[in-house]
Amino acid sequence: MRIERIKKEEVVLESDNIDLSLIDPIITKYKNVKGNMIPILQKTQETYGYIPRAAFNKLAKETDLKLSDMYGVASFYAQFRLHPVGKHIIKVCHGTACHVQNATAITDALVEELKVKDGETTPDNLFTLESVACLGCCSLAPVMMIGNDTFGKLTGKSAVDVIRKIRETETGTPCKN
Amino acid sequence: MENTKVIVGLGSCGLAAGAGKVYEKIKQLKENQNLQFELKKTSCIGMCFREPLVEIIDNNGSYIYGDVTEATATEILEKHIQNATPIKEYVVKTDLFVTKDKNFFEGQVKIALRNCGYMDPESIEEYQARNGYKSIEKISTQNISRTEVIQTVMDSGLRGRGGGGFSTGLKWRFANNNKSDIKYIICNADEGDPGAFMDRSVLEGDPHSVLEGMIIGAYAIEASEGWIYCRAEYPLAIKRLNIAMDQARKKGYLGKNIFGIEGFDFDIHIKEGAGAFVCGEETALIASIEGQRGMPRKRPPFPAASGLWRKPTNINNVETFANIPWIILNGATAFAKYGTEKSKGTKVFALTGKIKNGGLVEVPMGITIRDIVFKLGGGIINDKKFKAVQLGGPSGGCIPEYLADTIVDYDSVNATGAIMGSGGMVVMDETTCMVDMARFFLDFTKKESCGKCTFCRIGTQRMLEILTRITEGEGKESDIDTLIELSNQIKDSSLCGLGQTAPNPVLTTIKYFKDEYEAHIRDKKCPSKSCKALLTFEIIPDKCTGCMLCKKVCPVDAIDGERKLIHVIKQEMCIKCGMCFSKCKFEAITVR
Ligand SMILES: Cc1cc2nc3c(=O)[nH]c(=O)nc-3n(C[C@H](O)[C@H](O)[C@H](O)COP(=O)(O)O)c2cc1C
Ligand code: FES
Repeated sequence: MRIERIKKEEVVLESDNIDLSLIDPIITKYKNVKGNMIPILQKTQETYGYIPRAAFNKLAKETDLKLSDMYGVASFYAQFRLHPVGKHIIKVCHGTACHVQNATAITDALVEELKVKDGETTPDNLFTLESVACLGCCSLAPVMMIGNDTFGKLTGKSAVDVIRKIRETETGTPCKN
Repeated sequence: MENTKVIVGLGSCGLAAGAGKVYEKIKQLKENQNLQFELKKTSCIGMCFREPLVEIIDNNGSYIYGDVTEATATEILEKHIQNATPIKEYVVKTDLFVTKDKNFFEGQVKIALRNCGYMDPESIEEYQARNGYKSIEKISTQNISRTEVIQTVMDSGLRGRGGGGFSTGLKWRFANNNKSDIKYIICNADEGDPGAFMDRSVLEGDPHSVLEGMIIGAYAIEASEGWIYCRAEYPLAIKRLNIAMDQARKKGYLGKNIFGIEGFDFDIHIKEGAGAFVCGEETALIASIEGQRGMPRKRPPFPAASGLWRKPTNINNVETFANIPWIILNGATAFAKYGTEKSKGTKVFALTGKIKNGGLVEVPMGITIRDIVFKLGGGIINDKKFKAVQLGGPSGGCIPEYLADTIVDYDSVNATGAIMGSGGMVVMDETTCMVDMARFFLDFTKKESCGKCTFCRIGTQRMLEILTRITEGEGKESDIDTLIELSNQIKDSSLCGLGQTAPNPVLTTIKYFKDEYEAHIRDKKCPSKSCKALLTFEIIPDKCTGCMLCKKVCPVDAIDGERKLIHVIKQEMCIKCGMCFSKCKFEAITVR
């Protein structure tokens, strides 16, 4: 049931320095367009990486979209995030082809490496680990996607290697092992 | 070699396999060594198992090289381009000599995929050079009427490729009969079935044919606006569609009075999906374009009467549209020549799972599943035992090996309890547990149920709980009956196709693999050795050399033993991760 996407309310510590003016152009562009709700939410998310509460409130004030409708839509679709995410989102495919080729082993290895559960973000805000259904590269299963890069024919080890490389470039320090 | 072309396949699958790097390498070599050839891009020809692919066309013909790396690219350029000697062992497809993969193409008939991998998808000129936009021009120059276009589509026998298999011509006729000032035509590019990627390949490899199909459809039903609803997971498809639409607009193929047909105004928008499987269902898709939650509604009224913004709307799948220009140009009989009595033409399948030649194949309806798996697909990886194919994704079912001579057409596949679906064909071998597969699909449908119908919302949850319990060794004797009962109730009382078909994976696995369910429930064993909770790892004393490797890799210190002494797994601590099993160099660990 899609309602499960509405997790129990966490205390969101939203830093006060969200620059709400960033979404002004989006509001101007889509304000009076038919069927504008999903594009507005998508562009807002592109701006902040998720949809901050403050942005919902601003949109409700400045467009004729209702807060309840927006929350209904945002919680329905898997794409929308209501919480901040890490810099790199690791999407591990758990589609049929990847499942048959043991995608679970990839997630298990990454859970072990990153010390977070599926759906969580590392404390250094570098990685968010997610499961998705089918990235359309099924013949290269198991597959994961980070940013716009897709990695195929993975093993637990090669998936971890990819993550370590990214971490090395990000932090500038080579990993111990 | 002046006229030589070097073409790199840059579809999503190629890119994931490293084709981007190969392209850059070739470009760099060409510049550095001032090599004489034209470097071009194309998309996927379906040989995903040999990606990255590089085609060289010289005066003798075409050679497609497979599994190309930066290193082999250098070698290929040196030998083939500079010394004019093709490296035969690397060639995977050519008409000039026999290659090891020749069977993959034998028996394929390319209609929907006619251009995929054979042209640059970002060039409208190349599409036109391959009969692109000739069909709509034919309609215009020969003054073919709307009813004649619809009749041709009817006569071709084309049935919707999105899963339902409804006659496309008939659907167009309904939409045409409903008069209105505004009508819409929608292309369903949501491709939600996990394990299927036919539509992605068509959109990435041949976006113009989808546009042309939509233009012809718009002409036939008098629509003035088109929408393509594409899932956001396909960024490359969206990019190429946008390029194609811009090119078409510049040429005046989209806009006002197009193709010289007075009063034929038509343009197309793209709508990016936001991640919900149920939005592939047509009424949910329409709600989503309108900006609402993607919840299906009751039909009738069908979209043909009241669809997008309550106007008559025709909605077809990507592959359906890609077939249309070919049918109009070559005629209904040319299409109906292929296939069986009630399922005409060809169908694209995405072959994945435990298959050697994973990729995209287009075959005439009526071919057997066995031929697809063993002739085109090359058989099972590591020559393991073929167990079943899964057709139709979460709405479909598993067809066991002993029914592999079933032919693929809508009615024969339905008779097995599976459905044709959109064309995902996931191949399973003896190591795939069928109870786990059923659990996997129920987990998917449970998550994707929109929540509107009680039986779909709660029933799938209950079924998942039972299946999970069985795979964890907690199954009860009555579980199979309960699953069947719940299945029938969910089928009967759900509003849309998602709920009505969600139990299919469970019902077909119970029908064909009841013994596996019983082994889990009664003997607490997983015959495929896949359900972790039911496995026991043990060390075979005769084979253990006391190397201590397993002890070292065990994440929970569940292995006892000293150097040169036989090790023992402490069963009460073992978490069944399988690390010791995969690391042991002496095959001294068994799984039961
Ligand atoms: C739950 C569900 C998901 C669906 N997903 C898709 C899809 O991803 N792509 C698609 O073309 N049709 C999908 N369909 C079928 C559509 O509702 C519709 O029948 C189809 O787009 C019509 O096009 P066609 O006649 O060309 O097949 C889905 C149906 C259901 C019930
Ligand atoms: S199932 Fe993983 S990419 Fe399709």
